[in-house]
Amino acid sequence: MHGYLLFAGKRALLMLAVIFFGVSLTFLVTHLSPINPVEAALGRMTARSVSNPEAIVAMRAALTELYGVEAPLWSQYLNFWGRLVRGDLGPSLMAFPTPAMTLVMRAMPWTVTLLTVATLITFVVGNILGGLAGYSQNNKFLKAFGIVAIAIQPVPYYIVAFILLIIFGFLWPILPISGGFAMNVTPGMNWPYISSVLQHAILPASSLVLVGFGGWFLGMRALVSNVVTEDYVTYAELAGVKKSTIVGGYVMRNALVPQLTALAMALGGVFSGTVITEQVFNYPGLGSLLIDAVNAGDYSLVLAVSTVSVTAVAIAIFIVDLLHPLLDPRIRAE
Amino acid sequence: MFAVFRDLIRYNIEFAIGVVLVTIVVLFALLSFFSPVDTSLIYLTIPDQPPSWQYWFGTNSRGQDMFWQLSTALRNSLTFGLIVALISRVISITVGLLAGYLGGWVDRALMFVNDIFVAVPIFPVLVLFYFVLRNNMDSLTLALIMACFGWPFDARLIRSVALGLKHREFTRHAVFAGMSTRKVLLEEHLPYVMPIVFATFMNNMLWSIGLEVTLAVLGFTNINNPTFGTVLYWANSHSAMVVGVWWWIVIPVILIVMTFLGLFLLAMSMNEYIDPRSRLRRMGA
Repeated sequence: MHGYLLFAGKRALLMLAVIFFGVSLTFLVTHLSPINPVEAALGRMTARSVSNPEAIVAMRAALTELYGVEAPLWSQYLNFWGRLVRGDLGPSLMAFPTPAMTLVMRAMPWTVTLLTVATLITFVVGNILGGLAGYSQNNKFLKAFGIVAIAIQPVPYYIVAFILLIIFGFLWPILPISGGFAMNVTPGMNWPYISSVLQHAILPASSLVLVGFGGWFLGMRALVSNVVTEDYVTYAELAGVKKSTIVGGYVMRNALVPQLTALAMALGGVFSGTVITEQVFNYPGLGSLLIDAVNAGDYSLVLAVSTVSVTAVAIAIFIVDLLHPLLDPRIRAE
Repeated sequence: MFAVFRDLIRYNIEFAIGVVLVTIVVLFALLSFFSPVDTSLIYLTIPDQPPSWQYWFGTNSRGQDMFWQLSTALRNSLTFGLIVALISRVISITVGLLAGYLGGWVDRALMFVNDIFVAVPIFPVLVLFYFVLRNNMDSLTLALIMACFGWPFDARLIRSVALGLKHREFTRHAVFAGMSTRKVLLEEHLPYVMPIVFATFMNNMLWSIGLEVTLAVLGFTNINNPTFGTVLYWANSHSAMVVGVWWWIVIPVILIVMTFLGLFLLAMSMNEYIDPRSRLRRMGA
């Protein structure tokens, strides 16, 4: 137990460092840039309508106060942390006066669900099939799977999502390609809504699964094909241990330890993929929100989405790391 | 070197396919140096012409010859990938070799930084950079930013090799012969990690070109500079698929898939070649 606590403590420290670094980076990028957010917002606001000079002066004063840009950088930085801890990053300009955090929290469940489901399917199916492919290397079906995995794996997220969109949007339109649920259902705990949500999630989720799957499959196949050459596997085979026990209990379990580390390392990238998938399928999550915010020039919303996504990914990595001792008893015993 | 190449072609079908794909792609990209038209200009030809003998890949709704457009786009995308891969290789070799050889608190500190960089999701960060730089964001700036995030995975890999090299006899000889740390790392250890550097080089190119495609498709780069992503961006903004200009989308997508598959197969077969166990299995020994 003591070893586990030490391990968890180290990981928690890393998580805090990641959050600190990521949030500081977002702050520095936005504040050291040559573009003044006040003038930029003002320019966009006055571009479409004619306002009298006094109104512009008043607006400039209000915006300067809102962004707090006249204070020295370090006090802005401390102030930023203070507001972040309280969960208040100012009102969104795109959907004024809704707080940016409210918009983020509304989009959050969509992204988290999509990401969790897609990652779980990808990781579990990819590793099981990869493990089997590594163990029985002459299986024709699994060999064909390997070729498919090699062909899809390197293609960028966007292209795969885009190809799915063309196939199911233009060539064979059977699945909804846009939005989180149909227009004609009322959100809540009723069957039409839930089934609509599920239907709309199929394409975004399967594009994520298609892209992510190959990596786990190929990685696990390579790991397992090395593990099966170890002496203890030969020994277990000679001793007449059941094949399923060897594959599931010894070979896969040993090969899964580096795969779990890889999962923690890959989560940041998977999140980036989700952002893109959401944009392609117009899914109402954090990714769509981020891109809408950039296009609308919504300063506080962009900051809110970036800081929240950095924090969320760091927490998710921490959770995956905590699973390690389940697989690897050495961490518990240390 | 030549013998290695011959062996790979003979025993490794993936490597052979990868070489063929990458050769085609690179030749096509090199053609852009002989382009008769300026690919940054628009409305030079009749718009929306399907592929024909005059326009091999058709023309798009902006009146550009897709053949030369794609050739230039390919060159720009590959150059972009090369720049990111080169810079991030330098960082990862430096960090990896130093952390592995020096050990102790240097190792712990470097790997802590390394883990932080692994965990930060790059896409929101890149979007943030675009958000504040807007039109000042050119592909060199983007390449520099991406290179700063593209090193940690490979630095860890190089470190693990360097850890093993540290305790080998020849390192001790070199140190006793009075070689400086810099010399030991550059002249004794670097050759051992070069195969990994080559294999990860291509993976890193894939990663950076893929991210550039994604950013450009969303319009978050300099959209007047033809790359894979910007070609698709313009196709999307003209709703090419809806109005039936399919060649504007299908041909670039095929080229992208060819490029990625080719580079990936090269990287994968090189990785396999580095590991002697899988190399022997493939040769049937």
